[in-house]
Amino acid sequence: MSFDVLSMPWLPEAPVDFKQRCKSFDREDSDLGDRLRALASHRLTSSHAIIFQRTLGRLLTQGADLAPLSSFRLAILPSFTMDTIAGMIPAACARHGVAVDVAIAEFDQIVQTAFNPDAEVFRERPDGVLFLFDHRWIGLDRVAPSDDGSDRIDLAIDRLRTCVRRIREQFSAQCILSTIAAPPGTLFGSLERALPAAMRFNIDRFNQALVVLAAEERAILFDVAALAEQAGTARWFDPVAWYLYKIPFSADCSGLFADWLGRLLGAVRGKSRKCLVLDCDNTLWGGVIGDDGIENIVIGSGSGLGESFADVQQLALDLKARGILLAVCSKNNLENARLPFAEHPDMLIRESDIAVFQANWTDKPTNLEAIADALQIGLDSLVLLDDNPAERAQVRAALPMVAVPELPADPAYYAHYLSSAGYFEALTFSDEDRKRSDSYSANVERTELREQLRDLGDYLSALDMVLSTRPFDAVGRQRIAQLINKSNQFNVATRRYTEAEVERFERDPDIFTMQVRLRDKYSDYGMIGVCIATTSENDATAWDVDTWLMSCRVLGRKVEEAMLQTLVGAAREAGKMTIRARYLRTAKNNMVADLFDRLGFERIDETSDGDRTYCLDVEGVELEKLPHTRDDG
Amino acid sequence: MGKDEVLARIQQVVSEQLDDDNVVLDMNTVANAVNGWDSLAHVRIMIAVEEEFGIKFRMSDITSLDNVGDLVRLVDATLGS
Repeated sequence: MSFDVLSMPWLPEAPVDFKQRCKSFDREDSDLGDRLRALASHRLTSSHAIIFQRTLGRLLTQGADLAPLSSFRLAILPSFTMDTIAGMIPAACARHGVAVDVAIAEFDQIVQTAFNPDAEVFRERPDGVLFLFDHRWIGLDRVAPSDDGSDRIDLAIDRLRTCVRRIREQFSAQCILSTIAAPPGTLFGSLERALPAAMRFNIDRFNQALVVLAAEERAILFDVAALAEQAGTARWFDPVAWYLYKIPFSADCSGLFADWLGRLLGAVRGKSRKCLVLDCDNTLWGGVIGDDGIENIVIGSGSGLGESFADVQQLALDLKARGILLAVCSKNNLENARLPFAEHPDMLIRESDIAVFQANWTDKPTNLEAIADALQIGLDSLVLLDDNPAERAQVRAALPMVAVPELPADPAYYAHYLSSAGYFEALTFSDEDRKRSDSYSANVERTELREQLRDLGDYLSALDMVLSTRPFDAVGRQRIAQLINKSNQFNVATRRYTEAEVERFERDPDIFTMQVRLRDKYSDYGMIGVCIATTSENDATAWDVDTWLMSCRVLGRKVEEAMLQTLVGAAREAGKMTIRARYLRTAKNNMVADLFDRLGFERIDETSDGDRTYCLDVEGVELEKLPHTRDDG
Repeated sequence: MGKDEVLARIQQVVSEQLDDDNVVLDMNTVANAVNGWDSLAHVRIMIAVEEEFGIKFRMSDITSLDNVGDLVRLVDATLGS
């Protein structure tokens, strides 16, 4: 795999009913702004974008209330044809919190338009004016070796300065100036960087002059040069598009171009994200701390994988250094999640870097709300980095205003995805920014969750989960033994067995065995649960639960309820009256202390060590409807 | 992919670009005969067709198109090559 930035892979796929959803938006709807933003936050084709453009245009004309989107009237003065590019801009801006109204001047009339207040493009007073041009506008496509381009550059900078002043006086509008990209071809090779007559030298020189101009005239820079570099200039420049249509760059760059512009306008309107919320297991380190233990998680130099996660941590720290708050949101025991931050020598992030540290077994939307509350920022200021596609989907469904980047299978690209998605666009960088995150970590540590859990019924059924339970078999044997020896947290009795012992259970007809697999529309989790029950020595009509364990990756998905149903069904078939079970407390399995209570067992004894004994009347169990399709083979 | 399917997908692209669900194209349709298919829309349509099929046309191919049938055959040929 590789990282194709032009496809903006951090955005999720657009829904198949994108067009219908656009058309269904009505000016009277509530939450229009949030819903528009959520819909725009997908990977869009030009057709999607143009449908979105029309929808937004219709709603703006109807005077619909689009809050919390901020409105922005943008006039673009281009040196080239913009029409195909313009269609991408409204969706991209909505993605970054802005309901934009774009007007485009006649192409290649930049100066004339800037000096004509009656121009059609200014019919509605603009909030911002974007000057958009490339090297051809300045004549830098024709630098001759006998010539030095500085005259042309000075002239262009002068012209721009007059235009910017004129626009400011006329409209008090925010001016935005685009830098220019250097074409991939070369006349001299590497010498071009140093040769005053060469195109690359002059494009560098122009861009530097533009930076100075922008600072002096309080204009904002739109760094198209950096954008083209990110895209790759060999792909950015498209001769066919230029020769035929006078479009300055390849059509497949339009989406990213529009997104960069959207980030900028979002920043102008104060919509940039303020807080990065980090998942832990397999996002900040490789492995599952609760199961693998601190000595087995992968982080730091020594392996490519460890360096990938270290890079994610370094990026988070760099963001913190520029004023972005960091928070943790992890499905873990608090002590487990804290352990690497406190004790692992290769961790870069420490607990003191984290403004809010949420580690518990409650759903992530509830935790994200708690984080936003504690920091007193809006949910639309949060970005959640999480390797688990189901968690991402759940957060997007419940809290569409939270930015949740898609992540690839390979953690090597995590930092690339996060840093390329443009969540934290800034217009300035001040001392206040430098100090911001320190002031938070001092007073907010952890925050209480709201008591009620979110109703997850709809979410669970939308996952299209397929669950299978089967007796032990040769195919599953190795993985069964692995789970039995590795699972610490969701494990009621923590009994360890060798593969040979597992095989013995498999062959003994008097022993009930169950292996559980789960898949959903995002992932195939493989085998995630194991249960063993044996006939009681002193009561032939009873089963004793010997082992009951599950992978924490599938918590909150009613897998334990499904396991119970299979167990009860088998017990009935075997003529058993009761199922007895014990919870044996360890340092790590507190999570299942109440498992049997939750499943409807009667607690009949508890020792001073916290071990509990339970009993279940097999006939009395009512089988509830569960959100899985069963595939029990 | 047969020519019928190519034509159907092109019709879908054109109707989206022109925001007109009633667009009906056949192999003999010329752009001028379709409401809204002007030179600006033509640029968008050509780019959207390239995107739809994941292909890039040669410049000379684009400039030599006379009707929808030419476009369908061009897509078909580009996909096949």
